[in-house]
Amino acid sequence: MHFPIVEHTCWRCGQTSEEESEAASLFCKFCNSLQRPVVDYFAFFGFDKALTIDAGELQRRYYMLSRQLHPDRYTRATETERNFSLEATSILNDGYRILRDPVQRAEYILKESGFDIGEQRSKDVPPELLEEVFDLNMALDVLRSGDTQALAELEASRDRFVGMQEEIDASLESKFRDHDAAPEPQRHEILTSIRSILNRRRYIRNLLQEVNKEFATREA
Amino acid sequence: MSTFQIDFSAAAKKRIVGIDLGTTNSLIAFMDLTGPEVIPTPEGSKLVPSVVSVSNDGSYVVGERAQRLLIDAPERTVYSVKRLMGRGIEDVRDELRLFPFRIADGSENVIRLELGGKLLTPPEISAQVLKQLKAQAEAYLSEEVSQAVITVPAYFNDAQRQATKDAGRIAGLEVLRLVNEPTAAALAYGLDKRKNGVVAVYDFGGGTFDISILRLNDGIFEVLSTNGDTHLGGDDIDNKLLRIALEDVESEWDEDVSHSGEAVQTLRRAVIIAKEKLSFVPSATIEFGWRGKLYQREISRELFEGLIKDIVERTLAPCRHAMLDASLKPEQIDEVVLVGGSTRIPLVRQAVETLFKAKPHTELNPDEVVALGAAVQAAILSGDVTDKLLLDVTPLSLGIETMGGVVSKLIHRNSTIPASATEVFTTSVDGQLNVLIHVVQGERELARDCRSLARFDLKDLQPVPAGMARVEVRFLIDANGILNVSARDMRSGKEQSVEVKPSYGLTDDQVEAMITESFERAEEDFAARQTREAQVEADTILLALDKAQASDAWHVLGDAERATIAAARKGLLTVYHTGTHLQIRDAIEKLDGVSRKLAENMMNTAVRAALKGSKID
Repeated sequence: MHFPIVEHTCWRCGQTSEEESEAASLFCKFCNSLQRPVVDYFAFFGFDKALTIDAGELQRRYYMLSRQLHPDRYTRATETERNFSLEATSILNDGYRILRDPVQRAEYILKESGFDIGEQRSKDVPPELLEEVFDLNMALDVLRSGDTQALAELEASRDRFVGMQEEIDASLESKFRDHDAAPEPQRHEILTSIRSILNRRRYIRNLLQEVNKEFATREA
Repeated sequence: MSTFQIDFSAAAKKRIVGIDLGTTNSLIAFMDLTGPEVIPTPEGSKLVPSVVSVSNDGSYVVGERAQRLLIDAPERTVYSVKRLMGRGIEDVRDELRLFPFRIADGSENVIRLELGGKLLTPPEISAQVLKQLKAQAEAYLSEEVSQAVITVPAYFNDAQRQATKDAGRIAGLEVLRLVNEPTAAALAYGLDKRKNGVVAVYDFGGGTFDISILRLNDGIFEVLSTNGDTHLGGDDIDNKLLRIALEDVESEWDEDVSHSGEAVQTLRRAVIIAKEKLSFVPSATIEFGWRGKLYQREISRELFEGLIKDIVERTLAPCRHAMLDASLKPEQIDEVVLVGGSTRIPLVRQAVETLFKAKPHTELNPDEVVALGAAVQAAILSGDVTDKLLLDVTPLSLGIETMGGVVSKLIHRNSTIPASATEVFTTSVDGQLNVLIHVVQGERELARDCRSLARFDLKDLQPVPAGMARVEVRFLIDANGILNVSARDMRSGKEQSVEVKPSYGLTDDQVEAMITESFERAEEDFAARQTREAQVEADTILLALDKAQASDAWHVLGDAERATIAAARKGLLTVYHTGTHLQIRDAIEKLDGVSRKLAENMMNTAVRAALKGSKID
């Protein structure tokens, strides 16, 4: 792995150090004061940019960094450091939330790699799902018109979609490993396929949410 | 990785106190060498009733004494004001029927109570409670207290948190942190010493209900989820019993007493006493005496439990939601902690035990545990405790209103705070100079079903064609659970000015004005009290002199002596109304000095008279 080396100058003591990245320089190596934080979640946690992540290690680093950065530790520090602490902890918390969730983590890497992942409108039905979605919507309509006979059909349909979601998650996991093992030039292609899997997944998730809401109102 | 520094400079030595600003009672605590400790009142009580009364002269009475005034002067006394914090009149219309408070006009955004000729907002009233606690701590610790941690219900929204912070500022306290009450309780229990694991804190207080689920990991208290109801507490039980008792009294006496504030408050007191007894004995009697009549109604625990069943059940849905949000089943929760006075009720304990399938912790006094936790958090902030750290969450999702009134969520509920989100805004019309952003809190999809938090006005934009402006807005929820908004023009990179119009609560200027007024008034109040005390002393001596002048002792004195006394008396009367307390005291001393002989004569005369009297008899 090659890291770009950046020069970082401390806001307080003015000394310059060489860092792997701006985000990696949380504290000045000379005077130990907190530095202006930078939003780069992987660097912040000291991880290489990768789609697979060691969840236990992520949690360990999260707790360790929390102890060092949390505003509770800076009540009596200078205003600059208090502000940096607040900023740094919000980046830490936001990053932890994103990195620990495989889907959000993948979306983050896609965005960082220049992919447009703006909230895909659920209107565009993935073609391979057209038939299933049509059946499900029919069942929903029948049910809403008061005919409870469609209930069994809807349940069966829901179970099929839950199965699909599980399949997708499994295929995502293997794509993640492929991506991390592949040399840089091939990664873009893998990311492209990950993006389309994610779109499919998001579509199914929204669909399931709607069905589950229907079941919930029925139970209530 | 470098380690962090703790500043040990002189300023760092300042003590930070922990305050539980409760609906019913408030407490103040500090970290002693041995651990957290609640500071008692001069009378020896640890609880200060959160009751404030305005006297005839405009001064405030707080706590135990104010509680007595609830019955004697209900029109100038207020309780449970926490329920009104950060709210508008529409939010509390229902419950106001049972509260005897008069709400002034124009209370849509901030409630204003009419109290003894004053118009007061909830933060100003809470500030009086905080001032009392502050004075109590200063007397006990013999040092100035100016920095505090204050606890709030975990489910408090932005406006309610801001109102609590405002109250602190008005009381002259720098509020270094707002801590969620259940989290504070978890800290006080020190469960982290025992083991790493998952803890549920069930906090059922006087006016609010909270449930928080935490993971403990080597001194880190990580909140996984929280839920609750900021309008559910012991007050609701009291109100229910009160409503029934009022009807019962009416049918027994054939008289509706609900129009008399005094009667309602007396009956309310009686109902509360019976409720509290029922936690320990199987049956209690509501006793209510009013205008020579006596109402007595025995109530069994069974009947009581039947009445409050639905209130207790309302706490269970938030518990289930919290477990769902934390992706945990009851079996996965290792410990349950009970907090708040209402958890003394056996039915509540039963319900908790059934739901979580675990025997709850009740070792610490449920009234004190939150204040003790606040003191621990204060010690974390001061750097005295370094092995513990709280990671709390925001209880409600934060979003902005988009086209068609739909909410776009930016920060989801149960996100660890500080948390942030960034959004880029643009203009829709050529040359548009400002963009208005409506921020809401809540889980619903439409803005009108959520709680309006504030409107942010991005002002003084560069006039450019529609869609060309790019303003990056950063929404940041700080460690207190309060939203901060900043904006940057992405084209120029310059900071963009943002004007905040809070939907509920006071503006910064209003709070500033209240702080100024409260300090000016504090001096004014103090001077007035000293003068009054001096006048009372003057009254005593003048009255004694009048008596003496009518006695034989006066005539025994020489002319010169009588003239000196008369002159000193005149001197006191001159300064009595217009002088400062120092001038009055000066005059009192002079009069006292010149009339010493007269006093001796009086004593002798009195002794002689007494002796004479005893002989006759």
